[in-house]
Amino acid sequence: MLATAIIVFREVLEAALIVGIVMAATQGVSNRSLWVGGGIGGGALGAVVVAGFAETLAAAMAGIGQEVFNAAILFAAVAMLGWHNVWMRRHASELAGAANRLGAAVRAGTQPLWALGFAVGLAVLREGSEVVLFLYGIAAAGQDGAAAMALGGALGLVAGVAAGAAIYFGLVHIPMRHLFSVTGWLILLLAAGMASQGAAFLLQADLLPPLGQSLWDTSFLLSEQSLTGRVLHTLIGYTAQPAGIQLVFYLGTLLVIGGLMRLVGTPARAPRPNDAAAARRTQLQPGE
Amino acid sequence: MRALVLAVLIVLFTSFSAVADPGPVTITIKDHAFVPAEVKIPAGAKVELTIRNEQAVPAEFESASLHREKVVSPGSAISVYVGPLQRGRYEFFDDFHPATRGVVVVE
Repeated sequence: MLATAIIVFREVLEAALIVGIVMAATQGVSNRSLWVGGGIGGGALGAVVVAGFAETLAAAMAGIGQEVFNAAILFAAVAMLGWHNVWMRRHASELAGAANRLGAAVRAGTQPLWALGFAVGLAVLREGSEVVLFLYGIAAAGQDGAAAMALGGALGLVAGVAAGAAIYFGLVHIPMRHLFSVTGWLILLLAAGMASQGAAFLLQADLLPPLGQSLWDTSFLLSEQSLTGRVLHTLIGYTAQPAGIQLVFYLGTLLVIGGLMRLVGTPARAPRPNDAAAARRTQLQPGE
Repeated sequence: MRALVLAVLIVLFTSFSAVADPGPVTITIKDHAFVPAEVKIPAGAKVELTIRNEQAVPAEFESASLHREKVVSPGSAISVYVGPLQRGRYEFFDDFHPATRGVVVVE
């Protein structure tokens, strides 16, 4: 039962951390539960379908179906996260222009949520399909009692969700005026880590050259199998022994998304009438 | 001219990677053990590993040093290419049952 709980926890953890960050990044957006909830629900449904076709998927495309599918999901999620960050930067001046907490929340409320909803769905789909496969395998083999398996699975799920909740509540402690730049950085690093993972799948499928099997090996410092290693793997793309191509994709993603953010970001903005009004409001409400 | 350059490049490229092909290697997962648990392959060669899962439960063949991660459904087989690799030990395990471990020894 404990073994089941640990494996379910590990798979849930990655998706839960992403959901936690997305929830923090959409703090104050009115219909976010609908989008994030929809992403989780849609992803879970998709996970069951993918798990059901696991064998067909593995045999597809002359045996590289699994790799191509995983890479496609990861790159789609990278695109969604990147799009979100670029959109946020494009509207950053309006968000920062809001002088108080409520104002920032209301303005952030205009951000479109489909991109993050999709990103959540894709993360749940990828991790969830492994959970379903694993649990189905145990159930089919009748190794563990059904009750013990269900309990183990539930324990793992609860622990994973708790980790996601922890990162969310940690993040929302950050003052509103800094919150979106912090979540922006986190999302950028998430995206870079996913791109590096996607590159690893294409390398496995022999569609990309390794450009160096292992650039370095830090597994003696921090194993990717440890809890900290797994959390950092999700959050910043930590890889103990990265192949060269992974570093190329990691840095490339940082450069492309970061570059686009810089490109659309409004440089030194001239004071506008509503800024002056906002400033007056702040002066009138020193307690805010 | 361009064709000539291309031809030269192809010859160069293939000659560099031309290490005797040891043929495909099959590893079976049975009763939560890899059989064989140690596989020897020559340095610099590209080798096809076939992982056959003879259990009733799915497995996930995974290795951090080989950069491989692939689900193997019960009663089926997958294959992955590894290499060309430098000499050394490259550990792998079943991510769904992490006590199940094996190693590719490159020599």
